[in-house]
Amino acid sequence: MASKLTRSNRAGWTFALPGFALIFAFIVLPFFFAIGLSLTNQRLLSPNPTQFVGLENYRQLLGLAVVTLEPERNDAGEIIRNEAGEIQYPRLRAITRSDDYPQYRGMREWFRWQSGEKIMTVIASDVVFMKALVNTFLFVLVVAPVQGSLALMLALLINHKVRGINLFRTIYFMPVVVSIVVVSLLWRFIYDGQNGLLNSILQALTFGLFQPVDWLGNPSTALPAVMAMSVWQAVGFHMVIWLAGLQTISPTLYEAAAIEGASRWQTFRYVTWPGLRNTAVLVLVVITMQGFALFAQIDVMTNGGPLDSTQTLVFQAVERGYGKQDISGGSTISVILFAIVLAISLIQRWLTRER
Amino acid sequence: MAVNPDNYGLRLFVRYLVLCLIALIFIFPLVFMINSSFKPDSQLLADTSSLRAFLPVGDISLNNYFGAFRRAPVGLFVLNSVLVTGATVLLSLLICSLAAFSFAFLRWKGRDVLLSVVIATLIIPFETIAIPLLLLVSKLPWIGLDGLHWGWLNSYRVQIIPWIADGLTIFLFVQYFKALPGELIEASRVEGASWWQVYYRVVMPLSGPVLATAAILKFLIMYNQYLWPLIVVQQESYRPVMVGLGYFFQLNVAWGEVMAYLTLITVPVLTFYLLLQRAFIASIASTGVKG
Repeated sequence: MASKLTRSNRAGWTFALPGFALIFAFIVLPFFFAIGLSLTNQRLLSPNPTQFVGLENYRQLLGLAVVTLEPERNDAGEIIRNEAGEIQYPRLRAITRSDDYPQYRGMREWFRWQSGEKIMTVIASDVVFMKALVNTFLFVLVVAPVQGSLALMLALLINHKVRGINLFRTIYFMPVVVSIVVVSLLWRFIYDGQNGLLNSILQALTFGLFQPVDWLGNPSTALPAVMAMSVWQAVGFHMVIWLAGLQTISPTLYEAAAIEGASRWQTFRYVTWPGLRNTAVLVLVVITMQGFALFAQIDVMTNGGPLDSTQTLVFQAVERGYGKQDISGGSTISVILFAIVLAISLIQRWLTRER
Repeated sequence: MAVNPDNYGLRLFVRYLVLCLIALIFIFPLVFMINSSFKPDSQLLADTSSLRAFLPVGDISLNNYFGAFRRAPVGLFVLNSVLVTGATVLLSLLICSLAAFSFAFLRWKGRDVLLSVVIATLIIPFETIAIPLLLLVSKLPWIGLDGLHWGWLNSYRVQIIPWIADGLTIFLFVQYFKALPGELIEASRVEGASWWQVYYRVVMPLSGPVLATAAILKFLIMYNQYLWPLIVVQQESYRPVMVGLGYFFQLNVAWGEVMAYLTLITVPVLTFYLLLQRAFIASIASTGVKG
């Protein structure tokens, strides 16, 4: 009887169709487009017909090789040194522009290190993309644990029923509702090298000993500065998710722990933390996803600079796909980004599997 | 072991001190923004070296606000954002709840497959489809009052339609609907109500909490949109507030005006949040209670 009442092909399709059609057209379809476009040379506006280029776009992004530079030797096989006694090496350009090594053609140096008398050089087809890839991973690897654990600490601090605690929860969550664009602009003021609030605060705290730093203008501090701001902005979001997790833990478990005479740390270790396992995975995955999507902060604060030290995957995808109208190049980066996100989701599924 | 009252008082004091210090960290950029919006540029920049940065002192006026309105069509940007956000939130509530109603209560061929496709889209971040979506919308047809057009760039529809339906909103509705008593639906059907009547007479009146959650999440996403309007809207007449910010960085930057503009576009959201903070926090928390 019940089945007859709820079975309705026509009504079912009619109700679900608008929503499903929109999702299909604007999420599913573009997703498959991305894969298809990454195999072509499609541009946003182009007089030339689109051509299938196979994996060429991927090769141009991911091409990577290690080249060993041997010291220059004279006819007798001795190492040539200049007046200062430095060993002379052939120029890298002699290799990347030589017809003898067609596989290295057009590649540029990414970084190098000395290994005995030799110099090992890592060359890449697209050095900027490689930097973006590394920066994005660095961002996620630092922000995920830092933001996740700070959010948990805040949640534990807020989870006490003392007078006015709601006010504090409201304040800690506040940056989440403010646009990341607004937040990024405000933090440009905080990080400014001349009038920056951060420099002023640090100088006041050290009685003027601290030397002002141009946080966003210095390649070694720019990415950490963006990380710190991102943590500040979103930590309230994850605090709320941890709080929701904390509230699912039965109070009787805490009572039992108190009767057993458990210390605070033991209570956390054996009652709280096991009850938060699924929340922990969720928080990490959400932060990771948000981290890989890093764009607005970069666009507003640094534009990828200085010296490409804050390039990210999404920033590169947009710069190519929109800025240079190179839709296929932007799509290729998108597909690579998606493959990374998918791999992480699969790891999540594996971690939360029923045992 | 009796609790020493002094000790307890001290611990409470330390707890509040820590809570307040952390609160300062979260609040100081916003206090700086609001106070700076009333100061002339020279004072604004000089004040950053002292605590005056966080106080409404010195030469206080509304000049920056007038300046911001002179520099950019602020009213238009706000109107565009309100229009796009409002339309998307309303359409999203309707279309996503209808789809979820069908997924949760009706039984039809293909339902499970379609629902799993919807759920699968949850792992596709928007940033990975932005570029192909840009190509797609640049080629879509549209029938307007003046006939057939090709291409959706520079319009309201390009900012609204792709954002109406999403996996998370449908998923939140499905979860909520499945927790409603099924007998209620069956009883209404026995009494001869059509599916549409069941939807809007029985289910919708019971769905206040999930509607609030879905509306707040969509509101935050839409009002704070940046990447998408940045790449699909070049014409000033369709620009939302966040992209309109670009205006203040052409030629010489007047920081006081920037602060005034930031305050103008942020304070309404903050007010909204402070009034409805329980609902805001509950809606974020509910995204965490998956499966």
